[in-house]
Amino acid sequence: MAKNRIGVFVCHCGINIAGVADIEAIKASVAGIPGVAFAKDYQYMCSEPGQDLFREACTSGEVDGIVVASCSPRLHETTFRRTAGEAGFNPYRVEIANIREQCTWVHAGNGEEATRKAVDIIRSVVERARRDEPLTEATIPVTKKALVIGAGISGMMTALGITGAGYPVYLLDREPSIGGHMAQLSETFPTLDCAQCIFTPRMVEVGQNRDIALRTYCEVEEISGYVGNFKVRIRHKAPYVDWSKCTGCGMCTEKCPTKVKSEFNMLLDERKAVYTPFPQAVPNKVIIDREHCLYFQKGRCKACQKTCPLGAIDFEQEDWFEELEVGAIVVATGYDLYGKENIEEYRLGYSEDVVDGITFERLLSASGPTQGKILRPSDGKVPEDIVFIACVGSRDPENHFPYCSRICCMYTAKHAMLYKHRVPQGQAYVFYMDVRSGGKSYEEFVQRAVEEDEVMYIRGRVSRMYRDDGKIVVVGADTLSGATVEVRADMVVLAMAMRPSRGVEEIVRKLKIQTDPNGFLAEAHPKLRPVETLSQGIYITGCAQAPKDVPDTVSQSGAAAAKVIELLSKEQLTREPIVAYVDEDICSGCGQCEGQCTFDAIELVDRRGNPAMGIPARRVAAVNEILCQGCGACVVTCPSGAMSQKNFRMEQVYSMIESFV
Amino acid sequence: MPGCTLKTKARNFETTTLGLLEALDVRVHELPDWYCCGTTYSLASDNLIMHLGPIRTLLKAKEAGRPELLVLCAMCYNTLRRAQALVLADPEKRDKINAFMYDEEVDFQGGEVRVVHLLELLKERVGFEALRDRLVRQAGELKIAPYYGCMLLRPREIAIDPSSEDPSIMEELFGACGVQSVYFPFKTECCGSYQTVNEKPIVVSRARAIAASAVKNGADLIVTSCPLCHFNLDFYQKQIQEATPGFRTIPVLYISQILALLAGQEEANDFSLHAVDPRPVLRERGLLG
Repeated sequence: MAKNRIGVFVCHCGINIAGVADIEAIKASVAGIPGVAFAKDYQYMCSEPGQDLFREACTSGEVDGIVVASCSPRLHETTFRRTAGEAGFNPYRVEIANIREQCTWVHAGNGEEATRKAVDIIRSVVERARRDEPLTEATIPVTKKALVIGAGISGMMTALGITGAGYPVYLLDREPSIGGHMAQLSETFPTLDCAQCIFTPRMVEVGQNRDIALRTYCEVEEISGYVGNFKVRIRHKAPYVDWSKCTGCGMCTEKCPTKVKSEFNMLLDERKAVYTPFPQAVPNKVIIDREHCLYFQKGRCKACQKTCPLGAIDFEQEDWFEELEVGAIVVATGYDLYGKENIEEYRLGYSEDVVDGITFERLLSASGPTQGKILRPSDGKVPEDIVFIACVGSRDPENHFPYCSRICCMYTAKHAMLYKHRVPQGQAYVFYMDVRSGGKSYEEFVQRAVEEDEVMYIRGRVSRMYRDDGKIVVVGADTLSGATVEVRADMVVLAMAMRPSRGVEEIVRKLKIQTDPNGFLAEAHPKLRPVETLSQGIYITGCAQAPKDVPDTVSQSGAAAAKVIELLSKEQLTREPIVAYVDEDICSGCGQCEGQCTFDAIELVDRRGNPAMGIPARRVAAVNEILCQGCGACVVTCPSGAMSQKNFRMEQVYSMIESFV
Repeated sequence: MPGCTLKTKARNFETTTLGLLEALDVRVHELPDWYCCGTTYSLASDNLIMHLGPIRTLLKAKEAGRPELLVLCAMCYNTLRRAQALVLADPEKRDKINAFMYDEEVDFQGGEVRVVHLLELLKERVGFEALRDRLVRQAGELKIAPYYGCMLLRPREIAIDPSSEDPSIMEELFGACGVQSVYFPFKTECCGSYQTVNEKPIVVSRARAIAASAVKNGADLIVTSCPLCHFNLDFYQKQIQEATPGFRTIPVLYISQILALLAGQEEANDFSLHAVDPRPVLRERGLLG
């Protein structure tokens, strides 16, 4: 211990410390602490001249460790450690004694006590500093590629952002085409520009971008590794078509005799069993729907194979796997609409003419099954009275979901407005709880629907609906007049709650990231780290994180891309060396620490032992220093004291406590 | 436990049920010392006296060594189940109620007796398939409108069906017995309940809407398990018919009345208790000789 000489700097912090405590008295007492080589003071240790003093001590060779008695380590620990590192002094032998927040600020009225306490604090930190080890930071390389899971608007914009900085991206989607839900939309609020017109160019851009490797019709199987070095095993689902040959000419689709309800068009019309989900699909390749294909079901047909001039149809194809290596992962898995069957009180009114928002989008879409004419699905008539119901399943903590789905007020106004544009003689009713139109030009848009397009807004909930003579009787309350309202509607559009995309729990489990109570992906901090997760190198964006509209999704995707670029631009990552470590001689391999670790940094490993020496084979805990975040949870959990944290060793903590008593 | 109306206006419900259960080999014993259930469950938090009726009845069932208490009346079902839920959830109120019944020899803790509604008994104990096997008559073209009302379904915690809004236990029961149920959107609409005492126009308007919906959707009969619903729907139809040109009446029967007829037990029914006589339609559909 004799060699461990500690230098102490006492900072005045202007009057923050010096105005309360007696600096000279502190210095005098500290100089007498065993092991302290010197005690110096300065007005502002964080200032340039203060740093110079500190640097001098680092290079003097007089001391092995330095304690700076100043503000909270959260403020300037990094500053001093960086300076020490630059001066060739081990940064982890610099410690901060907090005599501002924890002393002079809280004892402003009692200078004497504050002085005494400051000395106590410094003494304890000196004890720790004397026992500090010179630690070195681990460095890890960065694979300069990213994986984006989900190729809707959020995943596409993230991928474009990342490739814009020159880093390649794998863009994965479980569907055969990129595009997600936005590809299904008609016009978009608040400007009513056609989604196809603004969106398909982006799809083409993604498809043609050389740095974006599309991995559509793929699923994530397994993810291992850590920030900068993820290994992802993906499953290519067999499309039963050799995509390297397929040109998307569509001849097979024409010949296919089997018709199936089109998922893309929300079952409003039909596709074939060999198909592309929609004409603008990227990549423009066909897949065979095994569930409905005559050959797969009955063993005959093969019309597509006979027709294909390129011999691309391959009934023998099987799923195959691919290993990807990436430095960063972005989860952009989007949303699904809550199923209308979950709304029991509306069920007696259900027919084909009670649809959800996306189905109505397809009816509105110029490229949809009705070429944009609003025709009700049951009989193809133009609906004369149409009811829109907002907040179906949202904001209903007792029965469904507590949150607001955020986009429904706006798209309901848009739906009602577009309906009035196309059916001017018709009447549109909107049942709402309150209209949430926060957003640039949003309120004006809603007002336009009410005033110019004469949409009738009724403030109240719909309690039930039922079928009667080909109409749907919608029974609700008008809470402004206090009356019960009955509308005999031809069609009803339900603004269903948005849910995290089906299957996202699987991805969450594989990535070991968190979700909120509603199943949406949890951000690392709700305000300051909105696109990061608690797992480094994994980012989130779009409706997978929370319901949001297109402008917000695009903004968030830009933020996620920037975070990925920030990570990939580094040649290597350094890791704080203050992590947990195991004394294998003591460890009993009970595994309690493994269960505590949020970061998956601990695993049990087998040690062969040495029978000749009488050392039996055993199982012990091992810490992955890259994954470990140094939180200390395992240390306090360990029943045998085998787990310790570097520079927070038991011996150090006890010496600090002893210095007080 | 029969409940009060089953001894008076709703006699048909009791007599047909007892006959039917005998045919199904289900042995039931009338609780010797049953009390009025109170007919409504008091929502006032300090009105514990209102819960004494149902709790004392449950206690009597416990005392009689009957772990299952069969109820027919939907009102009784509702009151008993809710009072039971209250004492299970609130030990303080449970103790207060027990303390009030100091003259009783045992206490009621909450979980000793299970309240079973006839529909639950038929579904879980007898089984709809087994029930069908005991029937001797075909329902043929008979179409019914199954009417649940409120008391079997609300609050959701005591509902006899997983869905309070769109229940289907009666449709399942009758479907298994070969009786068609019509689409009936008013099946859970409130009948007006006790407003029949002081606000008749409310009940009349509800009865009109409910009966009209059943008729419009092609039903021959409305089927219910609640004596008060039965009264409100059945009794006012004549009045409505006089006031409303074109209004068609529809008979209202208890679940057990139809099932007893299908089991060939004609005598159990006293059709003079009906305001709207069901005999013509029952004869037309071959359920009555």
